[in-house]
Amino acid sequence: MEDVLLLEAVEKYLNGEMQAEEKNYFDALRKSTPEVDQLVVEHSLFLQQINAYSECKNLQAALHNAHNNLLAVGDITESNTNNTQATIIQLFRKYKKVTAIAASIACATALMISAIMYLVNPPASSQRIEQLGMEVAKLKRNQQVQSAQIKAVAEPKLPTDAVITGGGTAFLIDGKGYLVTNAHVVKKSTKATIINANGEEFIANVILVDELKDLAILKVNDKDFKPTSTLPYSIKKSAALLGEEIYTLGFPRNEIVYNMGYLSAKTGLDGDTTACQVSLSANPGNSGGPVFNNNGEVVGVISKRQTQAEGVVFAIRSSNIYDMLDATSTSDTAIAKIKISNTNKSIKGLERTKQIQKLENFVFLVKAYN
Amino acid sequence: MKVDTNEQYLLKGFANNDAKAIEYIYKDVFPSIQTFILNNNGSYDDARDIFQEAMIALYEKAKQESFVLTCQIKTYVYSICRRLWLKRLQQMGKFVATSISMEETIAVEDDLEAHKKKQIEYTIMEQALNNLGEPCKSIIEAYYIKKKGMLDIAQDFGYTNADNAKNQKYKCLIRLKKLFFAQYNIGE
Repeated sequence: MEDVLLLEAVEKYLNGEMQAEEKNYFDALRKSTPEVDQLVVEHSLFLQQINAYSECKNLQAALHNAHNNLLAVGDITESNTNNTQATIIQLFRKYKKVTAIAASIACATALMISAIMYLVNPPASSQRIEQLGMEVAKLKRNQQVQSAQIKAVAEPKLPTDAVITGGGTAFLIDGKGYLVTNAHVVKKSTKATIINANGEEFIANVILVDELKDLAILKVNDKDFKPTSTLPYSIKKSAALLGEEIYTLGFPRNEIVYNMGYLSAKTGLDGDTTACQVSLSANPGNSGGPVFNNNGEVVGVISKRQTQAEGVVFAIRSSNIYDMLDATSTSDTAIAKIKISNTNKSIKGLERTKQIQKLENFVFLVKAYN
Repeated sequence: MKVDTNEQYLLKGFANNDAKAIEYIYKDVFPSIQTFILNNNGSYDDARDIFQEAMIALYEKAKQESFVLTCQIKTYVYSICRRLWLKRLQQMGKFVATSISMEETIAVEDDLEAHKKKQIEYTIMEQALNNLGEPCKSIIEAYYIKKKGMLDIAQDFGYTNADNAKNQKYKCLIRLKKLFFAQYNIGE
């Protein structure tokens, strides 16, 4: 009976239901009697436990209620079969936005890469052949070196503010000062400077351009230029023969460069009958250079090379020079004045080195500028 | 931000035994748990048991003053359920495919440990109550769990007055405590 009374007192004490006086007495009792104190602690723990247990039980009941309510309303279903869509569809629904965005980004990236690739690599077909005009950047660099060298001899004639647009080789067809080069060498320029193998520089004007034939005529317009009445070579009207030995002089660098080979086909690229194929080593800068046969006659003008194949160079047949001048001489009096060297064969039969010594003064480095 | 405050509000309601909050969370979360359990060798009853156990775990956390929810309630409950169910599958010796779901989950191992400890304590209490025998069990349950007043208990159980009922309650309580602490101390 005493236990019951004591327990009741402890519970009242813990629940804070005791009067102040009673509480004080009980506190004193706790201090004096360890058993009571222990009972209080123990009971406090027990009450905690049973309260937690009760909360859990009540929550379980509440959850059961909620479950049954929701079942009754139909918000949840009591079925053992999976009534939701297949996982794939669920995933698709969930991630379709992300997928769409990712796909867009991938698409955009692919397009960008294609665009960049296209910009960096021009279409392959145009790479098949390469015009042998000198790269402008290279020309500029060369010019700086050269101008330093020339300065000692004479002031450069190229205006200081000139923008060089292209370069290559040219050769005289008329001793009065008419030269032939490629149209792609002068591009859209109207002026050019020509430099001979001795480093002498002259100003020239572009007086005729034929883009189709890829030929251009320059006229020297410089008081320092000394005209010659006759050229040591002639421009041949008929085509060269297959297998004929040929050679060329040109300016792939600032120095005049000799190269030899043979005529390897009577037509040019894709059966072009206005050109022929020659087998020799040509580089950018050789464009516009004359192709001589053994007799020292001009049979063609170097214009292009095939990039994939080694030693495949195309030259425009020399007869095209006549065609071009004939076509325009009726309407243009300046052109009509040109008298192409076609009879002189003074170097025929000379040794190659002797031929070249005679020829090199008539082959020029061209720099077209604006 | 708004979602967060809503969720906090909901959680507070849940901790205070608000029936509406319970029902709202239940409706919101249970279907996905059901799908998860059904997809993984479980039954409807399993889904209900696991979900309700997870809700109790959430409740224990929500009761703590210090508890701050760092994710959505749905994610938390889902994570707990996932752990509980995978553990149960392992106990049953069934094959567990770990890559079952791509749902986001959070680490709940610590919370589950705490929950497990509580669960053991509940079991001890339940066993003690079951061993108490009638009418003691009913009286104790009426007073401590259903929180009925002594007067009502006296009437329900047919005592002539509340004091007698109270007397009986304390006698029962002494026995219950003995039963409980016998197990509880061992458990400790």
